[in-house]
Amino acid sequence: MSDFRISRRTMLASSAMLLASTAMPGIGWAQTPKKGGRLVVAADSEPRNLNPAIVASNGVFFISSKIVETLAEASFDGKDGLEPRLALSWQSAPDGLSVTFKLREGVKWHDGKPFTSADVAFSALQIWKPLQNLGRSVFKDLEAVDTPDDLTAVFKFAKPTPFQLIRNALPALSSVVPKHVYETGKIEDNPANNAPVGTGPFKFAEYKAGQYYRLQKNTDYWGKDEPYLDEIIYQVLPDRTSAASALEAEEIHLAAFSAVPLADLDRISKVPGLKVITKGYEGLTYQLVVEINHRRKELADLKVRQAIAHAIDKDFVVKTIFLGYAATATGPVPKNDPQFYTADVPTYAFDVAKANALLDEAGYIRGANGKRFSLKLLPAPYFNETKQFGDYLRQALAAIGIDAELVNNDSPAHIKAVYTDHAFDLAVGPPVFRGDPAISTTILVQSGIPDGVPFSNQGGYKNEALDALIAKASETLDSAARTELYKEFQKKVVEDLPLINVAEWSFISVARDTVGNIANNPRWAVSNWADTYLES
Amino acid sequence: MNRALILLRRRLVGSIFVLLIVVIGTFLLLELAPGDAVDAYIVSTGGDAGMIELLRHRWGLDQSELTRLANYLWALLHLDLGQSVAFSRPIRDVILERLPTTLILMGSATALSFGLGSALGIYAGARPGSFRDRFLSIGSLALYAVPGFWLGLVLIVIFAVDLRWLPIGGIESIASIKTGLGRAADIAVHLVLPVSALGFIYLALYLRMTRAGMAEAWRQDFVLAARARGLSRRRIVFAHVARNALLSLVTMLGLQSAQMLGGSVVIESVFAVPGLGRLAQEAVAARDTPLLLGIILVSAVLVILINLLVDIAYALLDPRVGASETGA
Repeated sequence: MSDFRISRRTMLASSAMLLASTAMPGIGWAQTPKKGGRLVVAADSEPRNLNPAIVASNGVFFISSKIVETLAEASFDGKDGLEPRLALSWQSAPDGLSVTFKLREGVKWHDGKPFTSADVAFSALQIWKPLQNLGRSVFKDLEAVDTPDDLTAVFKFAKPTPFQLIRNALPALSSVVPKHVYETGKIEDNPANNAPVGTGPFKFAEYKAGQYYRLQKNTDYWGKDEPYLDEIIYQVLPDRTSAASALEAEEIHLAAFSAVPLADLDRISKVPGLKVITKGYEGLTYQLVVEINHRRKELADLKVRQAIAHAIDKDFVVKTIFLGYAATATGPVPKNDPQFYTADVPTYAFDVAKANALLDEAGYIRGANGKRFSLKLLPAPYFNETKQFGDYLRQALAAIGIDAELVNNDSPAHIKAVYTDHAFDLAVGPPVFRGDPAISTTILVQSGIPDGVPFSNQGGYKNEALDALIAKASETLDSAARTELYKEFQKKVVEDLPLINVAEWSFISVARDTVGNIANNPRWAVSNWADTYLES
Repeated sequence: MNRALILLRRRLVGSIFVLLIVVIGTFLLLELAPGDAVDAYIVSTGGDAGMIELLRHRWGLDQSELTRLANYLWALLHLDLGQSVAFSRPIRDVILERLPTTLILMGSATALSFGLGSALGIYAGARPGSFRDRFLSIGSLALYAVPGFWLGLVLIVIFAVDLRWLPIGGIESIASIKTGLGRAADIAVHLVLPVSALGFIYLALYLRMTRAGMAEAWRQDFVLAARARGLSRRRIVFAHVARNALLSLVTMLGLQSAQMLGGSVVIESVFAVPGLGRLAQEAVAARDTPLLLGIILVSAVLVILINLLVDIAYALLDPRVGASETGA
């Protein structure tokens, strides 16, 4: 399983990690959960829209996944990596044109009205397909949702759609919101987008801008004896150093999504009463990628791209930039993915001499000043690690005679420069692997994507064989055959290097050791926390 | 009193032009920043071309700069600050919610730096060149040289993490059900650290101005006269020297209000205080042009008002001032 791979890998990495992973057995599934209590967690941002059906992003899920539930959630040991939530079962027709969901009985919305298949049909057709950032592509062929009875929803597709993709999309893309709340007025302007109504274990209670969100226990929750907590408070802490201080001062119980910077973890892990947890993010893997603008004639040359790949010391990146809290990447699917990953791809060992030889071969001889050519390098500013890798890459390129000029922007400026203006030669990006390559991975290399689409191939790369492979996989219904195609896809990408995958990482949580049932699913931070509890 | 009224009228007319320049200048400056509100939004969501086009249309970003500026000014004429893109709420509400916090923070910090600064300035200036004068001058300068965020972090580590005397941040206890005096006390406790961090930085300024003013006053003839009349040193310091030195501080108070507003951006972030400064930072990060324009407009009005009050106070305190401006 993926989670074991993570702990084994990180155990080797550093002594700080040893501490962290030995703390893990203490998480305590065996203990009886205690009822009651108020859990206080750090929140580093305040999403403008809390409706996860419209905005499927981790920032929104972190808060709203406790209020609004999906049809299914990711699971370490469930069938196909899933665990039922609002849906109890899902079945695909052999022709790939329909999927039937059997829904949970006796579920009530927070306002007391019953949850039915009409809500699922409404959410899918009126929100996921036309409005949701990820659903717009995954559900693009969804034509109708039949509701033969209150507990059955049949999704009808215009074109055969791989069941595997729909399954993998369920945890992130299938948040169900109440039809009766959303059917009048414009969905985007609905007040419930800022005060969500759902079926989840917690009800939205209060939001004080710049201060906190407060969620309250849903006493009518369908889960037996759940939830355990009475309240969850998200305390807004915009400054990155304040989460660690707040944990030490016992003002908060939990800082998820690496709110505590990596550099502080070693110190924090030694504070009595606090534990560092690396599990619970297996389904949210970020990839450290060098994006390449193939419009530059030097970079359009495969030998140059290979040289750059050989110039990067991935182990150094993992050890020094991520302080061991990451893994080296082999290709566009992360190692911890249980379904699609293959190690059977070409490798580019760290070898400066070979990189130099490749560049000589390509005809880019060092000039009198030792330089072959100059490049513009734009590291994405969203993470400390992407910025630091930008600094590292500049040095690594200097060693092979490529002079990289670093251009640092803030987030909106970076998005515009790279994805709309294409004003870059190399960029450092952190794309997310979302459990299925078709959700947000293939668009990183596919051609024909309009300008301005973020986190997609904006480097002008075009490879007809690869495009054909992506198209074929998107209509292959048999899961095994589809998986094989994506293994082929990984091989092709690593062979031709439309981009260079360097490392992959997930987030880290730091919690007080009184918090129980942490990290018990691969998307824990964005799951519903119905079984999370506090020891007094 | 009449003099003050005439001054008020003149200032108000002038202020309108100042505000217009501020608004147009800020708008053009923000247009120069690369990336718009949609670019900022999709950082956390991603999205396809259709969704991006839809968002640009909904937020009015598909219109030309001139149209947007004209629309904004037209709405402003009707006292409408518009709708925030980042918060999807009316900007007036968003700002009004945060303004009191910033005013309390700034007001307390100003009181601290002004009060303590001038008191220490008098103490130092009473004996220019003495050890206590040197010590206070150097000490306050050192404090002035410290970056605000660093001072804030050090205060947090000492008083909130190690000693646990004071809360780490925020403006009041989470979800507190306190009302009235209990709530006021709670807010006061939360304000101690941010007000200290903000106030101590500007303390040096008042200290040094008072001290310099006093050093100068010591050399004046009226001090000599007072000495000749045999007044006690204590009386000379307070009634003659300090009084003259403090007058120039009133002007400084007005000038500093703009500085203080800038300083609060940093302090509010470090201490998670939900004020106007942090809102401005969020507005820039989200490229929420109308919100930032609203904040800058409100801040400009605030600074103009404070300066006006200072001028009126000055005119009332010192009969020599204002005579020429009112044409009387």
